[in-house]
Amino acid sequence: MAKRQVPEINAGTMADIAFLLLIFFLVTTTMDVDTGITRMLPPPVQKNENIKVKERNVLKVLVNSHDMLMVNGKRMDINELKNKVVDFMTVHPNNPNYPEVEEKMIKELGKKMLVSKGIVSLKNDRGTSYKMYISVQDALAAAFNEMRNQTSRNLFGMDYHLLVNKQKIKAVNKIIPIRISEAEPENIEAK
Amino acid sequence: MSRFKLKKGRSLGVINTSSLPDIIFILLFFFMVTVTMREVTYKVKINLPEATQIQKLEKKSLVSYIYVGPPENSRLYGTNTRIQLNGQFATLGDIQEFVVTQRQQRSEADRQKITTSLKVNKDTRMGIVTDIKQQLRKAGAFKINYSAHKKAKIKR
Repeated sequence: MAKRQVPEINAGTMADIAFLLLIFFLVTTTMDVDTGITRMLPPPVQKNENIKVKERNVLKVLVNSHDMLMVNGKRMDINELKNKVVDFMTVHPNNPNYPEVEEKMIKELGKKMLVSKGIVSLKNDRGTSYKMYISVQDALAAAFNEMRNQTSRNLFGMDYHLLVNKQKIKAVNKIIPIRISEAEPENIEAK
Repeated sequence: MSRFKLKKGRSLGVINTSSLPDIIFILLFFFMVTVTMREVTYKVKINLPEATQIQKLEKKSLVSYIYVGPPENSRLYGTNTRIQLNGQFATLGDIQEFVVTQRQQRSEADRQKITTSLKVNKDTRMGIVTDIKQQLRKAGAFKINYSAHKKAKIKR
């Protein structure tokens, strides 16, 4: 019985089978990672709820249906928006042209810090293009990220996105909160 | 090492290909592990806008997608902007139901962490996007992501 030979399996086509599987996966799958700008929507408002905010605390950003930008009543180019927001949100104590400043206790740091009360109010027309809207959101995000980086560098000596310690991230988030308010859409067909 | 000795006839021996399937299998496994299956076929044309301040979407299993754009097959469906949920066209009224179903598919603990990714064609008007956002607010899906590609170079 020892002489009995097991016939060799021809493995030459194995490669072809594997190739077919490989090509199948290459075709059906996508490599790209999903990226985008993450935002939180506000909960639906109750009726008769009117939060009063002082005029000086609000930076009004309006985008019309021709994709033109107006900030606090003046026309502006999209490239200038970021610097304008940074300038607006930076803490300027005792300057009536800038938003109010309040002293807030930051638990994570164990000390009081000056926090701006400024809010960016974004309002767009129904005819605004999505591309423009994203550019504006992007500019706002860039402004807040720059300020967080600045704060993070001052406090911890490194950029915000390099922070690992959750407490430190929380502290920076409290000092520079992302305050973008999107106006409730109105059903008025403004022209 | 007699195999490498040149014989008189100078015939080149057969190349041993028995390890070729193994190599291909390794490639195959690599692809299987690194990529995710395409969930749906697009019925709308989506040309994403570009942005600089983008974040990666973590945990793909906790993301539900809403696609907005002009139909791919314009001869059949026209050129008006349409909403696509789960591989078929939908209307604004379907969004709340969609959010609820998406929530039920996830485990109890993950329900609060669901992100809604809005994949919107860049030439879409904001009106429909605002309407979708209002629907999402009503449905309680507050965490959204405006899908965008990384801008190739910094503007200015």
